[in-house]
Amino acid sequence: MAKRFLSIWFNHLNTDWFSIRDPSLREQPLVLCLPSHGRMVITATNTLADQLGITTGMAAADARAIFPALTVRDDMPDLRERLLKKLAEWAIRFSPCIGIDQPDGLIIDATGCAHLWQGEKAYATYIIQKLEERGYKVSIGMADSMAMAWGLARYSGEKCSIVHGNLTDKFLSLPAQALRLEAETIEKLYKLGLMRIRHFIHMPATSLRKRFGKQIIDRIQQAMAMKDEHLEPIFPLEPYEERLPCMEPIITGTGVEIALEQLLSSLCTTLTKQEKGIRMALFKCYAIDGKQYDITIETNRPSIHAKHLFKLFEIKLLSVEAKAGIELFTLTAVKVEAHTAAQENLWEISSGLEHIRLAELIDHLSGRIGKQAVKRYLPDEHHIPEKSVKLATTLQEEPQTTWKILPQRPLHLLDPPQPIEVTAPIPDYPPMLFRQQGKLHKIMHADGPERIEQEWWIAPGRHRDYYAVEDEEGKRYWLFRSGHYDEEKTYKWYLHGYFA
Amino acid sequence: MLAKSDIISKLQKEILSLQGYKPVLETRIDHSGMGMINEAFPNKEFPLGAIHEFCCSGEEEFAATAGFVSGLVSCIIRNGTAIWISQSKSVFPPALAYFGLKPEHFVFVQMQKERDLLWAMEEALKCTGLKAVICECQNLSFMASRRFQLAVEASGVTGFVIRKNYRVFNTTASLTRWEVKPIPSMIKDDLPGVGAPHWQANLLRVRNAKPRFWKLEWSHGKFIEIEQSAPAISLHHKKTG
Repeated sequence: MAKRFLSIWFNHLNTDWFSIRDPSLREQPLVLCLPSHGRMVITATNTLADQLGITTGMAAADARAIFPALTVRDDMPDLRERLLKKLAEWAIRFSPCIGIDQPDGLIIDATGCAHLWQGEKAYATYIIQKLEERGYKVSIGMADSMAMAWGLARYSGEKCSIVHGNLTDKFLSLPAQALRLEAETIEKLYKLGLMRIRHFIHMPATSLRKRFGKQIIDRIQQAMAMKDEHLEPIFPLEPYEERLPCMEPIITGTGVEIALEQLLSSLCTTLTKQEKGIRMALFKCYAIDGKQYDITIETNRPSIHAKHLFKLFEIKLLSVEAKAGIELFTLTAVKVEAHTAAQENLWEISSGLEHIRLAELIDHLSGRIGKQAVKRYLPDEHHIPEKSVKLATTLQEEPQTTWKILPQRPLHLLDPPQPIEVTAPIPDYPPMLFRQQGKLHKIMHADGPERIEQEWWIAPGRHRDYYAVEDEEGKRYWLFRSGHYDEEKTYKWYLHGYFA
Repeated sequence: MLAKSDIISKLQKEILSLQGYKPVLETRIDHSGMGMINEAFPNKEFPLGAIHEFCCSGEEEFAATAGFVSGLVSCIIRNGTAIWISQSKSVFPPALAYFGLKPEHFVFVQMQKERDLLWAMEEALKCTGLKAVICECQNLSFMASRRFQLAVEASGVTGFVIRKNYRVFNTTASLTRWEVKPIPSMIKDDLPGVGAPHWQANLLRVRNAKPRFWKLEWSHGKFIEIEQSAPAISLHHKKTG
């Protein structure tokens, strides 16, 4: 089967990427520049800038002097490579074999692919259309060899040029540059008036080699598909996925469980080999009637413990209605993290927060009642009691500051504080009596006041004077007065908690 | 040939282990913090890997009970972790530091339904990675307590059930049942302030031993029995600190 190659040339790769993010840039001449030898050098231009005669390699300051309206942005040094890699991975849908063609193109081995799109013309147009939808301007060349496709994409002047065979008119009329020759060779050819390929391609190889070196012969042979050229294909990241198609549809809950168990054990085996653990997994059931059931689970730490993962799924398995019959199960590890079995053994021994069974318990609890119901607290650097704790985001997070032991804090804190009626001698003596929900408490012992100021730089509010008090029955309370004693009696007393 | 008393004590230990007093596997646990409390149990040490039930009514009693439980947990936890299961946000974590605990080693779980609460408690008790599980609930049926007891017998976790505003003293499979009430503090030398927490701790029911009653104080990381002979009654009502 004759080989077919398709070359995609991104006319303005970097500037297109900037324009996708900021569409207003499309309407103005845009150049990107990078510092080089102490000055800003233009590394990419867009179509409008090209029309003004700006080329890459110019100093940004010069270009700006000529065209003050020029938009200049900082380029990113590795943007080109990253974009090409991403686009190549995306383009894998058009052919299984795709290579990156530095600095601004992709090469697709389209052998035997085009008929799926009803012909090469449709195939090429579809690719152009898809890329343009994404915001990239491209030209495509398609030929029997990589070299010819490359030349056609860049120098034919057409958006999409497809040729069959070797010595076609289209190819012969391309300029000499289309053969990927060195700048010196091209200069020599031009001096001799050999502008186009047709002018020298029929010359004897010996005389060409004598005058222009071996490279020109290689290039011509590559273009003629007489010499092989190497294409380094891109391999997309394989997702961690397991599939289980069923010959007979599964109609019972038990069947679904067995399927899940099988998938989990094979996925865990794969992950163990690669020293990875599941943080998030997705289980999909495709029913015969077109319905699809998705179940997602999350774990607190990477896990390859199939039994534990099964337990997490088990709670949610009830949502799968197997009655109609399920023909395909898939299990994907959406998020994986590095994880080694040796570490697991280590955690098994310790009894602290690293304990693997604890992490599993927490997954299990939050799987049933929701993540927000399971909390762990760390000290925060605030004096206001409500703000003195913050939620820990992970199970491993360590406190940044120490817990304050004294002055003692109530074990049972009321949120919000309850207003109470108080009899207290002024100025700063603790109360003698207080009444809470109709019950009168006579205070026998008291500690205080402990003044806690509002953090005015965060939120306004009045300071609080706290008293730890004990009534005649030995019950202990934490009271506070918000604000100063004043004539208008704007201060208020509250009960904020109960001591042990 | 063993002496008769040795044989009897050996048999007694066997019977005890069958009845829920499991020998403590981890010998490193230091029970000395419990002080007099150890005396009430057949092995002369506070039983781990068992369910302890606490009954309280009212917020003040709850706070006292939670404090007493925190003290017990602090004696057994070392560097381990504990889970505190409740219906609403009840315990203020920084206060646990007073009882010698590390609040960051506590995981708090909140659940609305009592059924979920009991389920979570049972799941937590099965987890060998924990040292203690504390659960606040209102009712504890015999079946639930039996399930808890079976779970802890397998895992060795110590469970504390705080029954807030309980209605009836029903039969449960718990090893002990306690009642903790705050009592007026007895401050030496008429010093001002409120001082360390004081409790009337009543061990109402304990399997294979006699109920006991103490007046206890939590001070310097351990339980101390207060001498009842000299209750210092403060006459100063308006003392400030």
